[in-house]
Amino acid sequence: MQSLLELMGTAHEQISSASNLASLDQIRVQYLGKAGLITEQLKQLGQLPVEERKAAGQEINLAKQSLANAIDLRRESLQAEALTMRLKAESVDVTLPGRRMDTGSLHPVTLTIQRMQDIFAQLGFALAEGPQVEDDFHNFTALNVPANHPARAMQDTFYLENFGTEEPLLLRTHTSSVQIRYMEAHQPPIRIIAPGRVYRCDSDMTHSPMFHQVEGLMMDKDITFADLKGILDEFFRAFFEDDAIKMRFRASFFPFTEPSAETDITCVHCHGAGCRVCKNTGWLEVMGCGMVHPNVLKHVGIDSEQYTGFAFGMGVERLAMLRYQMNDLRVLFENDVRFLRQFH
Amino acid sequence: MKISEQWLREWVNPALSLDEINHKLTMAGCEVEGVEAVASDFSDVIVGQIVEIAKHPDADKLNVCKVDNGSGEILQIVCGAPNARAGLKAPLALIGAELPMSDGKPLKIKKGKLRGIESCGMLCSAAELGMSEKSDGLLELPEDAPLGTAVHDYLKLADKAVELNVTANRGDWLSIAGVAREVGVLTSTGLTPPSIPEHSTQHTETLNISLPAADSCPRYAGRIIRNINPNAQTPLWMKERLRRLGSRSLSPVVDVTNYVLLELGQPMHAFDLDKLQGGIQARYATEGEQLILLDDQTVTLSADTLVIADDEKAVALAGIKGGMATAVSHATQNIFLESAHFRAEKLRGQARRYGLQTDASYRFERGVAADLPRLALERATQLIVEICGGSVGPVVDVCVDEHLLDRPSVQLRRERIARILGVTIADESVVGILQRLGCEVSAKAEGWTVKPPHSRFDITIEEDLIEELARVYGYDNIPAALKPLQPQLTVKLETATSLTGLRAPLLANGYQEAVTYSFVDPVIEGLLAPGHESIVLANPISAELSHLRSTVWSGLLRALEYNLNRQQTRVRLFELGPVFSKAESGIQQQDKIAGIITGSLFPEQWGQANRPVDFYDIKGDVEAILAQASAQKFYFVPVAHPALHPGQSAEIATDKEVVGWVGALHPALEAKLGLGQDVFLFELDLKALQGRRLPVYQTVSKFPMIRRDLALVMDCSVLAIALDQAIASVAEPSLIHWEIFDVYTGKGVAEHQKSVAISLILQEPSRTLEDTEITRIVGEVVASLQDKTGATLR
Repeated sequence: MQSLLELMGTAHEQISSASNLASLDQIRVQYLGKAGLITEQLKQLGQLPVEERKAAGQEINLAKQSLANAIDLRRESLQAEALTMRLKAESVDVTLPGRRMDTGSLHPVTLTIQRMQDIFAQLGFALAEGPQVEDDFHNFTALNVPANHPARAMQDTFYLENFGTEEPLLLRTHTSSVQIRYMEAHQPPIRIIAPGRVYRCDSDMTHSPMFHQVEGLMMDKDITFADLKGILDEFFRAFFEDDAIKMRFRASFFPFTEPSAETDITCVHCHGAGCRVCKNTGWLEVMGCGMVHPNVLKHVGIDSEQYTGFAFGMGVERLAMLRYQMNDLRVLFENDVRFLRQFH
Repeated sequence: MKISEQWLREWVNPALSLDEINHKLTMAGCEVEGVEAVASDFSDVIVGQIVEIAKHPDADKLNVCKVDNGSGEILQIVCGAPNARAGLKAPLALIGAELPMSDGKPLKIKKGKLRGIESCGMLCSAAELGMSEKSDGLLELPEDAPLGTAVHDYLKLADKAVELNVTANRGDWLSIAGVAREVGVLTSTGLTPPSIPEHSTQHTETLNISLPAADSCPRYAGRIIRNINPNAQTPLWMKERLRRLGSRSLSPVVDVTNYVLLELGQPMHAFDLDKLQGGIQARYATEGEQLILLDDQTVTLSADTLVIADDEKAVALAGIKGGMATAVSHATQNIFLESAHFRAEKLRGQARRYGLQTDASYRFERGVAADLPRLALERATQLIVEICGGSVGPVVDVCVDEHLLDRPSVQLRRERIARILGVTIADESVVGILQRLGCEVSAKAEGWTVKPPHSRFDITIEEDLIEELARVYGYDNIPAALKPLQPQLTVKLETATSLTGLRAPLLANGYQEAVTYSFVDPVIEGLLAPGHESIVLANPISAELSHLRSTVWSGLLRALEYNLNRQQTRVRLFELGPVFSKAESGIQQQDKIAGIITGSLFPEQWGQANRPVDFYDIKGDVEAILAQASAQKFYFVPVAHPALHPGQSAEIATDKEVVGWVGALHPALEAKLGLGQDVFLFELDLKALQGRRLPVYQTVSKFPMIRRDLALVMDCSVLAIALDQAIASVAEPSLIHWEIFDVYTGKGVAEHQKSVAISLILQEPSRTLEDTEITRIVGEVVASLQDKTGATLR
């Protein structure tokens, strides 16, 4: 039996010093394989006297078991080592940026219009649109601005060179023309907003010859000036996400509304304390509005005895600049990608 | 419109600060745009008098003056003003006085020597006191100015000039009287206007006045004043008031008419009586009639322009400007004063036709009260006689339209007030407000009958009165009270293509949204759309912004150029916006979605091989947009476009119409624009991108999917779409998908040939495909490809 003991000793030594799974497997074959040393020992049991066979067999089997266990343990340990090595080898610098296409961005004018649309959609306002090349009727006459009226001088109009059309064509000076087109086609109840490009013949630090407005129109049997105040009040607090924003109406004049109001909100920069942005008044003029003038309703065939309603026209750039703290109107139309990228 | 606080307070003086008054005016629609001091803050400047004057011995332009400071002391002052003379009273800045300077730093007056002669103070001009931009001599004070009095007090310089933004409907606010009326209404304060009695007459001479154009000029009042003193000077107080309201002093008679215009709002005109021939008529011009105006400008008149004429000729452009020939001069002794009513609606546009805008036309176009001419005439008479003396004749006041002095009444219903404003105003408040506004109010069952004052041309309907009530009641006092809204669902169709949806793939692919002008440079339009019939602005901002664009590319290319010029070499922009073209019915506006890319495909990064963008990059972006309109099938057809590279240009079409273009910018254009790198563009018609497919569920097969790859060789000219059609024509339901996965030309493939690898995917929904079937189908595909495109297996 001496030889088994010796064998075991050598085998355990070999197992524990096996440096990889392949050499461990070789050791397994060498001892436990079909022609392995332990297997050989079992085969020689037959040569032993009968009374010794059982004990010897048990001894060999125990030895075999012990070797198999040792090999398994060693294998597990080698596997763990190998995994550790692999993980180490495969580690990356997770702080390097990921592979990417850059993300684009929407223009701040679009962001602002979308925001207005979202807020008014919740109040049940549907979208409407109208042409940007307009005729005199829809841009002026139907809006109660007769030819030569001093109110026309309020808006410097771009006219198109004559095409032989009867009426001169022009680029709409406001989205109010959409009001007319919509009311020509629909009777109240009406609840719409109409965003879009408008044009005025004016270009300097604070005027762009093209800009955007969002027109609003609500008309029903019982719409009042107080409702107009209410809805705009809601809007501004939602738009600036600030319940502290206060709104006030100032009397003003637009030919197509009566009563008319200029709308001021508390300065979004100084909250009314007075700063450069609000010229120390604490207020910012943001839009014009009013109750739709009966003459306008007459032009579109809506009975002003039966229906009343309000209209407003918001300057999109004005609100975008306030929202994003911009101090220069012109950058909006330069389309510098370094500017546009700021609106991710 | 400018007003002066002092002048206003003479008319109405509520117990409120100027700030409080200004706030009330602003809230009521008469917006205060600015407040300015009428002079700088200065100290220790008194009324002095030059008692003796002598030439400075060592300086040609300087004088040495002895100046009385009112306390018996005579000061020696060196002065360079050209109008310095003995007896003149002028502002005297004493030693220690601080004068404002244009640079903001005060000038401290010290005893000093000027060319060796001691000077103990300084005599001042208006500019040196901050009362004008520049002066050409000492400010001359009246002879009766009390010596030694502080000039600041004497000239009442503790005054403010208030700039008002008067809206187009409120011509009645274009005067001190008008603003005073408003302040009176807003503060419930009574007015204290100057007393203007009818002037006594000293002679009976009149001019005959006839009004043949009574539709434009229904009322004309005038009077003759003889023997005025041609040497009279406009008094300093009047000059000061004119100055504070931004009007220049010219001569006493003209100053008085301007003063009355500013005070009462009635434009007037004074003629030199001796230059008029016979009577006065307000008539239309004869076509081509000429008139030389006060400023020496000759205008050729149209037959619908109203003029004031004597028996021989037009002497004034009615309500706009007087004529040169009959103008008052420094020699004028006899005048004819005009105070007339011209109808606003007739006068509108007339001044602008002749390139004019005057204080008179500005007011008449907005409406001047018809009951004002007589009062204004008396006021002007009073002031002229006070300043220049003269012998006053009787007023001739011709009023043709008997309705002129009768304003139509407006009915106001109590119920309507609440209906419009959403707030109930008590009856007594309604009546009180309307009466303060100068309306005659009589009650009736459902409300009131209201007759507005003459000055309020803007009040003709019930809503006009309601607006007045709201203004005076205070917009602040109307609650913000949104009533509960009826739900109005604006449900979007699931199959509708949204703008957000169209933008989404572009944002994911790194495009920035641009907004460019709808009007563009005709040069770039000509390059991109040669032969397009241009739509031109009649009054563009500049030539570069004079044509309506027919393609968004003209704006995007300019934006691209802008960025390339600023070291931004990788640019990806898109825009949603209109383009315009001429159509039978006028102008057609089409909304487009367009994009432009240049530079490398990816932003610079370490882990991604980069390369310049090419046609298939932008085509992929276009396909991603088209996927948003999945209800339609779109085709890319090789068609040339004048702006695009002929070999890299595709028309995008549906079964019905062409909906867009994609391609590489033509190299010739790229060179012309000096871009220096390849540029790719697309433009799609937004209206065509409508309709998404509503998904319809189909069972996913559980049976094995078979893939077979084909390697084919064919002529280079064979289009992918031809391969696609050849495979589709096999019409084998088991062939569920195929894809070109490689295209190769070069070594190993003959010249003018290309190698194309196609994968075929086969699957049956309810069984496993047999090998024989697979072989048969693949064989049919190969045969069809060979038959229709000449492709052969490699």
